[in-house]
Amino acid sequence: MATSRVLQSFFKQMSRPTGVVGSSTRRQLSAAAASAANKAHSLPDLAYDYSALAPVVSGKIMELHHSKHHQTYVNNLNIALEQYAEAEAKNDVAAMINLQPAIRFNGGGHVNHSIFWTNLCPGGSEVPSDLLAEIDATFGSLDKFRSTFNARSAAVQGSGWGWLVLNKANGKLQIQTQPNQDPITGDVVPLLGIDVWEHAYYLDYENRRPDYLNEIWKVVNWNNVAERWHAAKE
Amino acid sequence: LHCCSLLLTSVTNMIRQAVFRGLNRTGVRSASSFPFEMPTLPYAVDALQKNGISDQTLGTHHGKHHCGYVTKLNAALESKKDLQAQTMEQLITSQPAGPIFNCAAQTWNHTFYWNSMAPGGGGSPTGKLKDAIEAQWGSVDKFKEEFSARAAGHFGSGWVWLVQQDGKLAIMDTHDAGCPLTTSGVTPLLTCDVWEHAYYIDYRQDRPSYIKSWWACVNWDFAAANMA
Repeated sequence: MATSRVLQSFFKQMSRPTGVVGSSTRRQLSAAAASAANKAHSLPDLAYDYSALAPVVSGKIMELHHSKHHQTYVNNLNIALEQYAEAEAKNDVAAMINLQPAIRFNGGGHVNHSIFWTNLCPGGSEVPSDLLAEIDATFGSLDKFRSTFNARSAAVQGSGWGWLVLNKANGKLQIQTQPNQDPITGDVVPLLGIDVWEHAYYLDYENRRPDYLNEIWKVVNWNNVAERWHAAKE
Repeated sequence: LHCCSLLLTSVTNMIRQAVFRGLNRTGVRSASSFPFEMPTLPYAVDALQKNGISDQTLGTHHGKHHCGYVTKLNAALESKKDLQAQTMEQLITSQPAGPIFNCAAQTWNHTFYWNSMAPGGGGSPTGKLKDAIEAQWGSVDKFKEEFSARAAGHFGSGWVWLVQQDGKLAIMDTHDAGCPLTTSGVTPLLTCDVWEHAYYIDYRQDRPSYIKSWWACVNWDFAAANMA
C-alpha cells in the first residue's frame, strides 16, 4: 500500500546509528509518515446504481466515469501525495514543485468528481423554494440561469467544468467555469458542478455537448445543491 | 474477384493520396481562405481499422469534430470582412485565443493528424529521419518510449508533436487547440491527438492502448517529407 512505503523508509532511517540521522530528521520523517497515512484518499461510493441516471447518462458512462476515471484520480493523488511527503521530509523543494501539477490535476479530479456524484440523483429534484428565490433574484429565472450556465459550459475550450458557486465575499450566486480539473478555490464555494470533459458524455452524446447540457438538468439533485448553499452561508 | 476488389481499394487509396498531396497541408485547396471547404480524409474511413483505429472513430472524428470546426470557422468569419482574405495558417498566427483561433487551429491540427497516419503506416523510420531520431534519443525505441509517455501523461485535452527546432528533433505538447505554428522556428513533423474523442470509442479511458495503435499507423514518410 502507498503509505507503508513511507513508513518503511521512516523505520529504515530510525534503525541507523544516531550520528547518521539527526533527531530533527527523524521527527520530520515521523510527521511525514503520519500525515501520509492520514492523507490516503479513497473513491466515494455513489448513492445510486450506475444505471439509475439513464437515459440522461447511461450506466456505461457512469461505470467508466466512477470506477475508472475517478478511481484513477484517487490512485494517482495518493501516489503524488506520498512522493510529496518524501520530498518534503528531505527538504527537496524542487521535487515538491515538480509534483504540484500531478497533485493539482489528480487532486482536483478527486475533489470535483466527489462533489459531482452528490449533485446528481435518479430523476433529479425540485429546487427548494429559498434557493429558487435566490436564483430568480440573481439570474431572472431558473430557465435564464440554466441557459446561461449551459452557454458558458458549452463554450469551455477542451476539458473542464461548469459551476454554480457562492461567492462568499458578496454572498451572491455566480456561474463560473474551470479548465481541466482545476477545483474551485478561494473565497468561493462550489455548489453544483457539471463535468464537460468528453468522457462525461461522449458514449451517449458524441460531440453534442449542448445536448448533454440540456438533458443533465433532469438528474440534478437540487436538494444537495441547497444543502451546500446553506452550509456555505454559515 | 477478391484480387480485383483489393486492387480497386489500393488504386482508390492511391488516387485519394495523390489528390490529397495536390492540396496544401491544411487539406484545402492552396491559398484558400473564407469560405473554407470541408477537409477530406486522405484514406477510406475504415483504412486504419486493422491497426486499431476503427471506422466509427474516423467517421465521427473527421465527419463531426473536424468538419464541425470548419463549419464553425466559416460561421464566425461571416461577419469578419477584415479576416476573410486570410489563409488558415494566417488566421492561426494572427488571431488571439478565442473561437476563431480555436477553430482554425483545430482544423489545421486535425488535417496534420490524418496525415500523420496511413493505412500502410507503422514499422520504423529510415534515412535522415532515422538518423535524426537516433542523434536525439539514441534509438528509435527510446524516442517512442518518451513520445508515448508524453502522450499518455498529457493532462486533459491536447496534442503531442514530433517537431524540428534549431536543427534538432524534439517532442512538444500543446494543450487544447494549441498549434506549433504559433511558435517561431518550430517545424511540426508528426502529431498524435490526445483529446478523449480521439480514442474513447475504441479504447474508452485507456489512452496508452490507443497510443500503441497510433504507432501502428504512424506515417514516417509524412514526417520525413516535413523535415526542413
